[in-house]
Amino acid sequence: MSEANVLFDAPGPRARRRNAILTAVSVAVLLGIAALVIWKLNEEEQFQGRLWSPFIEGDVWTNLILPGLWNTLRAALVGSVLALLFGAVFGLGRLSDHWWIRVPAGAVVEFFRAIPLLILIFLAFFVPPAVSPIIATGPLGTFQRMAVENFLFLFGVEINYGTVTVPAFAALVFGLTMYNGSVLAEVIRAGVLSVPRGQSEAAYAVGLRKNGVMRLILLPQAITAMMPAIVSQMVVLLKDTALGFVIAYQDLLHAGFKQVPPNFHNNLIQAAIVVAVIYIAINLALSRLATWLEQRSRRSTKSAARTLTAEGAPPAAGLGPV
Amino acid sequence: MRVRQIAAAAAAVALALGLTACGSDSEVTGGDAPKSVAQKAKDTKKIVIGIKFDQPALGLKKPDGTYEGFDTDVARYIAKELGVPESGIEWKEARSENREPFLQAGQVDLVVATYSITEARKPKVTFAGPYYVAHQDTMVRVDDDVIKKATDLKDKKLCKAAGSNSYKRVTEGPPDGKLNIPAKTVDASSYSECVAKLKSGALDAVTTDDLILAGFANQQKGAFKVINDPFTDELYGVGIKKGDKETCEAVNKAVTKMYSDGTAKTLLEKHFAGTGLKLATTVPQFVGCT
Amino acid sequence: MDQLFDFSPVFDHHEKILEGFEATVRLAVVSAVLSLILGTILVAMRVSPTPVLRATGTFYVNVMRNTPLTLVLLLSSLCVSDTLGILVSDDPRTNYYWFGVFGLSAYTSTFVCEALRSGINTVPLGQAEAARSIGLTFTQSLRMIILPQAFRTVIAPLGSVLIAMIKNTTVVIVASYAEAAAFMKEMFDDYGASIPIFLGFALGFMVLTLPTGFFFGWLAKRMAVAR
Repeated sequence: MSEANVLFDAPGPRARRRNAILTAVSVAVLLGIAALVIWKLNEEEQFQGRLWSPFIEGDVWTNLILPGLWNTLRAALVGSVLALLFGAVFGLGRLSDHWWIRVPAGAVVEFFRAIPLLILIFLAFFVPPAVSPIIATGPLGTFQRMAVENFLFLFGVEINYGTVTVPAFAALVFGLTMYNGSVLAEVIRAGVLSVPRGQSEAAYAVGLRKNGVMRLILLPQAITAMMPAIVSQMVVLLKDTALGFVIAYQDLLHAGFKQVPPNFHNNLIQAAIVVAVIYIAINLALSRLATWLEQRSRRSTKSAARTLTAEGAPPAAGLGPV
Repeated sequence: MRVRQIAAAAAAVALALGLTACGSDSEVTGGDAPKSVAQKAKDTKKIVIGIKFDQPALGLKKPDGTYEGFDTDVARYIAKELGVPESGIEWKEARSENREPFLQAGQVDLVVATYSITEARKPKVTFAGPYYVAHQDTMVRVDDDVIKKATDLKDKKLCKAAGSNSYKRVTEGPPDGKLNIPAKTVDASSYSECVAKLKSGALDAVTTDDLILAGFANQQKGAFKVINDPFTDELYGVGIKKGDKETCEAVNKAVTKMYSDGTAKTLLEKHFAGTGLKLATTVPQFVGCT
Repeated sequence: MDQLFDFSPVFDHHEKILEGFEATVRLAVVSAVLSLILGTILVAMRVSPTPVLRATGTFYVNVMRNTPLTLVLLLSSLCVSDTLGILVSDDPRTNYYWFGVFGLSAYTSTFVCEALRSGINTVPLGQAEAARSIGLTFTQSLRMIILPQAFRTVIAPLGSVLIAMIKNTTVVIVASYAEAAAFMKEMFDDYGASIPIFLGFALGFMVLTLPTGFFFGWLAKRMAVAR
């Protein structure tokens, strides 16, 4: 620790001796924990080659894990795009000058931020097949059919004689969009608010209207400022795709953890480790991107806005502005 | 102004979607009576079949991309009899909890996935078959000598696999149940999860159809034993969309043929030989298409 | 159309909803305490003068924060408890409750750690230097100068972590412990999936998360460090 630190001074001889002892003790404790874990795994015969070897077989990757990874990325990609769209609409909606836009937009955002993603996924997966036959016979029946045939079919939603079925993919994307979209709405709102007041005042002074101020002055600076926060929300979204597991979406977790083990002596621990490594690699790459963007944006002189940090989640519902 | 712009963009998107929709064939979901699955299979040489993906010996997705197991072989035979070659079969995962919605909505044409014919399911699904009569039995760890018969399950820890009613046969009396003895249930998402829990001692027993148990016992040899005290008949049916009698009759014909030409016996032996299971090789009594 | 908004399953079986939320609260309270403890240990490791501890802390945080919670909970229940045969209780419900708590805390503690660490980093260097120059020892400066300031700035982020954790209790459904989300699914199975049942559970979560949010928001404002 050579650089200045809020907690410690540069260590003197006594502190250095103390640190050396602390290091020795912690190494011993950590090695002890590692040894215990390895001993337990060995005792349960988890190091047998036949439990690990499936993961060096090409077949396992090409037919099980990679298709699962593709499904995870597909859901994450579609979910991100829609969540950004949702976030932009409702985030800017909350900044509107008209209360009849601001209040409903705020209510929607706060509602979806206050409830868990999983029950949203359950809503989209289980409710439509049960209630759509009732809707089909009512005045909204035609609307329901049009909605599915003209738009929702893009996500694999089907309607057959009044019964709407939602595939796991669409249910997952719905949940990801609503939940992460409302978090992003807050990020976008905070991004716009982080642009100093003088910027918009100056813009109005040179004769721009509301539209021009937002489009030409506030958003370009805000986007630079909120990029890191948006990218780190993508990491959250990517991790959340794993909830598709609960409704049997054939994602990376499902492929690695549900389809591989029954074929190879129920090698659950090994499968979990391999799957975790893949997730960690992707997320670390995304996090690096967020940090890089944050540093770039902090250095940037193009934006007057305060950069929103990539660390940690934006404040939860009820906690007020960022 | 901003709002107006967003509204305009939304309108443009809606319009674009509307235009693409004009080209699509909206007749498909019109009000006409649906074509039967058998007819469709014959015409298009294609069929979508729901099977289990994680049940050894019954329906298992293999790493080489193929599917194996008794259910999948039966499904292939029925498809062949309906005029669909193996290349025309699309396999979908039918989990216990999504079988009925899949059938009702036509996402799958047939379900061959350890699907027991029960009174509760009959109003929602038309069943062909049964193509096999399994029995509910109990599997315990190989060193367990406390649980010898089904009634020994009193106060034991049992698995409650999502969407499966097997545990109710033990814990409840008729109409849903059978034995009506108290037991603790543990939630699990599938029977393969139940088996992992049984191994650790988190469960005392897994009780469900003997074919399912035999598959697991065979997969992890020497770890488990089936106690061989069957207490129900599980009529494995082929699930078909409610009311499609034509397909039901066609499937029943295929099942009869499967037994008469000896295929059923070959398939049962292929998947369950050496498990100690008593295999029935005569065609089961059909429940009739309703 | 009236069938769509038939709230009778919610009213007739409200005890089921309450039972589900009781399990959720039990998970949330114990996990919150455990995550705070674990998070504090982790942050102590991450700012310690010992490189080994710092590296271990950083490694743990990076691994946990980038693994989906679903997988962490599957690891905890199916792998550690079931496959390795480690049981904390003979009663399955108690056993999976604890493994749910362990998984949830192992995951949440990394977010607690990061919130605390950024809190420590917000304390200006001059504060510590001033403390040392008036002769305060390490523990004294930590106790009287740094931690009080750090603690105040982390109230809001910790509140966010806590609320996220309350919502994350639903994921424990994969760890064989039934909480609110599992009860919602069971009610869907038993009485037919419907919007009123969903709304009943959504309301339950709002009752848990919104007041928590307001409370932490109020506390953060009250305790804000003028700087």
